[in-house]
Amino acid sequence: MLQVILKRIAIAIPVILVVASITFFLVRMAPGGPFDAEKVVPPQVMKNLNAVYNLDAPLIIQYRDYMFNLIQGDFGPSFRYPGRSVTEMIFTGLPVTFELAFYAILVAMIIGILAGVVAAVKRNSMLDYIPMTIAMIGICMPTFLLGPILVLFFGINLELLPVSGWDSLPGDKILPSITLGAAYAAYIARLSRGGMLETLSQDYIRTARAKGLPEYKVIIKHALQGGLVPVVSFLGPATAGLIGGSFVVETIFQIPGLGRFYVEAAFNRDYTMILGTTIFFSTLIIFFNLLSDIAVLLMNPRARSEP
Amino acid sequence: MNQQSSLWSDAWRRLLANKAAVAGGLVLMILIVLAIFAPWIAPHSYSYQNLDLGAQPPSAEFLLGTDTLGRDLFSRILYGARVSLLVGFVATAVALVIGVSWGIVAGYFGGRVDSVMMRIVDVLYGLPFIIFIILLMVIFGRNIWLLFAAIGAVEWLTMARIVRGQVLTIKNQEYVLAAQAMGVTNMQMFRKHIFPNILGPIAVYATLTIPQVMLLEAFLSFLGLGIQPPMSSWGTLIRYGVESMEEYSWLLIYPGLTFTITLFALNFFGDGLRDALDPKISSD
Repeated sequence: MLQVILKRIAIAIPVILVVASITFFLVRMAPGGPFDAEKVVPPQVMKNLNAVYNLDAPLIIQYRDYMFNLIQGDFGPSFRYPGRSVTEMIFTGLPVTFELAFYAILVAMIIGILAGVVAAVKRNSMLDYIPMTIAMIGICMPTFLLGPILVLFFGINLELLPVSGWDSLPGDKILPSITLGAAYAAYIARLSRGGMLETLSQDYIRTARAKGLPEYKVIIKHALQGGLVPVVSFLGPATAGLIGGSFVVETIFQIPGLGRFYVEAAFNRDYTMILGTTIFFSTLIIFFNLLSDIAVLLMNPRARSEP
Repeated sequence: MNQQSSLWSDAWRRLLANKAAVAGGLVLMILIVLAIFAPWIAPHSYSYQNLDLGAQPPSAEFLLGTDTLGRDLFSRILYGARVSLLVGFVATAVALVIGVSWGIVAGYFGGRVDSVMMRIVDVLYGLPFIIFIILLMVIFGRNIWLLFAAIGAVEWLTMARIVRGQVLTIKNQEYVLAAQAMGVTNMQMFRKHIFPNILGPIAVYATLTIPQVMLLEAFLSFLGLGIQPPMSSWGTLIRYGVESMEEYSWLLIYPGLTFTITLFALNFFGDGLRDALDPKISSD
């Protein structure tokens, strides 16, 4: 068990380093330097700037320095915002993005699992068809459309909820969390329905029923653990989607999170910021995939012996 | 040969019996025709700006109204269909070529080749590709062909896994072993025995990849990192629609509706195709 987990970690670390290296060289391939944007600067100033940002060293030395600093958690300075480091910006935006993602997953888990389990238990009834149709709509409706529609309806027409900001008005977290969580609620509903249907047909469930347990106990004590395995293994890969979704949601609702910083950096061609956040996001996603793999191993005893 | 044609005609019959899939297919056909003939159907130019006619609500002259720069929204949606559908099909084709070749080679040769190739797929699966596409778009400029290639390069992973699984099953069937014993070359084996038998799953998965690809493109265009003006995809139109939705809600509603209906149609058609081609694995 421990061996399997250690093996996964041993694979993840070189992957992160390779990703960081590829990203570094990709960004260095970008045409034009970071400073030749708006105004022409005198050659001496240019030279000094390059020296400050370590751009005058040979590429391989730059790479060595960057990786060395990276391991110590230093992503270097931002090209666009003089005096601010990328690390600083990541740690300003990250708590906000984490909070948003946390609420979104919470919304998604509560609605999704409830709908999925009820649909599986009451199979082929209205309680199955209606939530599953809504889930289908939820999967088809992209975040960048759902968000504005919710804003238009609840924010502008009904004037019920604030439509922008974070931590500034009461209730300003509701719409962003629902917008980001909706698609996941839909996926989780479908996954938990499928998982529950499969588990409910297992022998040990029949045994539990045969020994006279009431149905709700069969479901809560026996079926849920097996039935929710697909949901848990979905949560890791979902992180990648959540980060992508946070780009959209933070842009729509003007939330000062890491996702919006990233989109702005991509717009402004703030290369160090893009480089740093890309590496950071990749590490985060690899880490969450690892976590969900481990959680699945813990939940499903039969998977433990497999490599 | 006989049995093969009856498999496809069976599937065709099952597909026609599925109302949602037929409806999805019809909507798609209409959209494709509209997109191809957009220059002849569109009542106005998609790029001609007339500020006197800015942000007109839907009327007989402008079926779906005009945008803030006075461009006819209906014409812009028609032209947007060309871009969005083109991205969907081309990027899926890229994904197909990479994924199918990867999966066939891994599955057919098996052993060490297989485990190395599939391990690479596993590692790539864990990477944040959306971020890499954005990175590529930023570094190499927002070029539409780069967009196709980048999206296609992301979506091939699942295809490779599905194809490999199929090939592994087929490889151990008796008729393939018999062909092998008769000294059929690898190339002939692919063409005659393996490829025809994995065509079904490939068709199904390709249909289900198209909406994902279109979503990805729209997502990038919405962020302003995809298709650049004056060309516009549905994602770009939605982006503009959001900017002015408070006063001119039709600019958001019609492009959004078109996009959602298209995604629905593709998903229903893909699901129907899956049920038709492989009744065993149909989702209940």
